Amino acid sequence: MTEVMTRPAIVPSFEDEKATERKLCIICSKGSLDMAYPGLVLANAALGEGIETHLFFTFWGYDIINKSTMAHLKFTPVGNPATHMPTMLMGLPGMTAFATHMMKKQIEGIDIPGVPEFLDLITDAGGHLWACRMSADMMHLGKEDLYDRVEGIISATDFIELSDGAQIIFI
Amino acid sequence: MPVTTLAGRELHVDEEGFLTNFDEWDEELAKTLAANIGIDLTDAHWRAIRFLRDDYRATGETPTLRRCTTVGGFATKELFDLFPKKPAKKMAYIAGLQKPVGCV
Repeated sequence: MTEVMTRPAIVPSFEDEKATERKLCIICSKGSLDMAYPGLVLANAALGEGIETHLFFTFWGYDIINKSTMAHLKFTPVGNPATHMPTMLMGLPGMTAFATHMMKKQIEGIDIPGVPEFLDLITDAGGHLWACRMSADMMHLGKEDLYDRVEGIISATDFIELSDGAQIIFI
Repeated sequence: MPVTTLAGRELHVDEEGFLTNFDEWDEELAKTLAANIGIDLTDAHWRAIRFLRDDYRATGETPTLRRCTTVGGFATKELFDLFPKKPAKKMAYIAGLQKPVGCV
């Protein structure tokens, strides 16, 4: 039974004012395919809610914004019990390529974009991308090596200033 | 499920005010819904709203923002300009549909 109540007009508030106050910073520190997506999906969702969103790429997370690797992230079942596969077999040659291929197919199958296109989507939606200074120095990478829409290579201190008042997710 | 009165008619909506009955919507009502959330409908808005309606009719689900770009051919930026801050929800509301459930 559905309860029927008659009330004056119900209009969603969409909380536009509140949304402008919320800010989210996501630290992406891993470069494998399965660890790249959580940050990208959450950033995209936050932007769709009108939340100011920043992604900070550090250490292995650089592979997500490095032009030479971003389209070729890999997934390995080695040491990952959640794949529910026999540990001994997962280290065999070709297993990472196979597992990566399968995961990419699953991702495409539900119409989720690949990493470069996902970054296009996030920046089109107003998201900000930042790269870590120390990682750049360690890996001898400059801005020209990174995805074009990365806004800058910034220090840890810059990031702490930038994330003032923000909710932070570390991945 | 609550019933609300808008533009002189009774409408079935969810707790937040999104229409729950596909057939209670028409383009006249869309203008009122848009005005409720401060949006003045232009041709560009209508193209998006009509895509949402058509896609829902075909799939039975409100398209996500991603689907609006890949299937509908709209640019993400354009949708954020037309329906500021929360395009997916705002489009769904004006199109008389439920919020999209997909993640991307």
